[in-house]
Amino acid sequence: MAGTNPQNVVARSATTTPSSQVRSSPEVAKLIDESKCIGCKACQVACMNWNDLRDEVGHNVGVYDNPADLTPNSWTVMKFFEVEPTAGNLEWLIRKDGCMHCDDPGCLKACPAPGAIVKYDNGIVDFISENCIGCGYCVAGCPFDVPRISKKDNKAYKCTLCSDRVGVGLEPACVKTCPTGAIGFGTKEDMVIYGEKRALELQERGFKNAGLYNPQGVGGTHVMYVLKHADRPELEGLPKDPSISPLVSLWKGIAKPLAVAGMIGAVVAGFLHYMKVGPIEEKEDA
Amino acid sequence: MKPGPNELQRYDDRERLYHWVTALLLLAAACSGMALFHPSLFFLTIFTGGGAWTRILHPFIGVATALVFLFLYLRVHNENKMAEHDKAWSQKMGELLRGNKEAMPPVGKYNPGQKRLFWVISISLAVLLITGFLMWRPYFAASFPIDLVRVALVLHAIAAVVMVLSIIVHVYAAIWVKGTLSAMTRGTVTKAWAKRNHALWHREMTQGK
Repeated sequence: MAGTNPQNVVARSATTTPSSQVRSSPEVAKLIDESKCIGCKACQVACMNWNDLRDEVGHNVGVYDNPADLTPNSWTVMKFFEVEPTAGNLEWLIRKDGCMHCDDPGCLKACPAPGAIVKYDNGIVDFISENCIGCGYCVAGCPFDVPRISKKDNKAYKCTLCSDRVGVGLEPACVKTCPTGAIGFGTKEDMVIYGEKRALELQERGFKNAGLYNPQGVGGTHVMYVLKHADRPELEGLPKDPSISPLVSLWKGIAKPLAVAGMIGAVVAGFLHYMKVGPIEEKEDA
Repeated sequence: MKPGPNELQRYDDRERLYHWVTALLLLAAACSGMALFHPSLFFLTIFTGGGAWTRILHPFIGVATALVFLFLYLRVHNENKMAEHDKAWSQKMGELLRGNKEAMPPVGKYNPGQKRLFWVISISLAVLLITGFLMWRPYFAASFPIDLVRVALVLHAIAAVVMVLSIIVHVYAAIWVKGTLSAMTRGTVTKAWAKRNHALWHREMTQGK
């Protein structure tokens, strides 16, 4: 992938012809099992270590979240939620936030720069930074509020699902480092089966609404969660039924070809009108 | 330039300057903007220095366009208000398009078609300006809620297309109605042109008010 010849590109931003995709590899997915997560942030450290990212030392905002949100230098962040799913029953939910690698990526749909966002056949959605123009359309396109524009270079950044590691047969850095095995990685098919099985186990142990978060509104994702309260993902900042905003779909969907056809049509109509009706001549009779 | 004996002054130096500066800026804004709208038009970024430079320049060009147009707007907007006698002309617009010029009732300095186009262009430009600020990176977009930015992106695109279509109509009208172009190039039109196309204005200019 990165640094090699990418011949498995199944979608490329602002590109109307097929990209090179003769190679094929199985769809992959990362599965984050919330019930096994202890909030140690080793994944955050592994991410900055592998990707050579160093965020600014921030401020303690009164909770464990640090940094408080995703940034151009922090592509994954542990988010801590103190919630009462049922009254008087406090739970501490911890979710590893980051790019979901949608099967139908809103960022890619919105991006106007050819090749700045690609999706590989293994499902990874990657930002090709040298093609990024810094317009921020991906931010509007994303249903999960993930891309961050750097103030340093005006480029968009987010989790790559370690495409450079996965491309050479390794698992993502966060998966490699997780001390409790809360982050799994494998083929999408296997991860779905494993996640559903794990959700059943949790249901047997009292979490009646445990389930797999693999939202179909974006065609499913290549980062999935096993949630203890899958019926209420909004408890921990996840949209319930995410999909690309209808406004973005309109703008980068039907409006695009319609507008171009309309503009060309107007010019053609002008030519035809001039041919058929002819000009209004200036008469010399004043 | 002084009008000759068979000519009338239609636009003074300032109005022509505002018009042409607006036109050039609008062309630059349209090219750089359309480049980011449809992939088939991305090649237009070569005129503004590539993708990143297009993203940087487009909003500034847009603001400059709106600013210069404002001067033009202030000079001509009063003359573009709909008048009572415009109704009859509007009803016969189909006849004009079929080439039946003789069927058209007399109008003043601007016919209702021109007036409508003026207001469509003015409103589109206002929409483009406001929504443009909402989506302007890196300076403003981050301070607005994402749903508002999405609405702005859609409205900006719609207003831009309406604007381009209006300009196509505007340019075609100038080609279609012979003798029109000199109004904006030299500032003058022939009396014959005025009498034929804007009879009430011709009367006003030749017989006093």
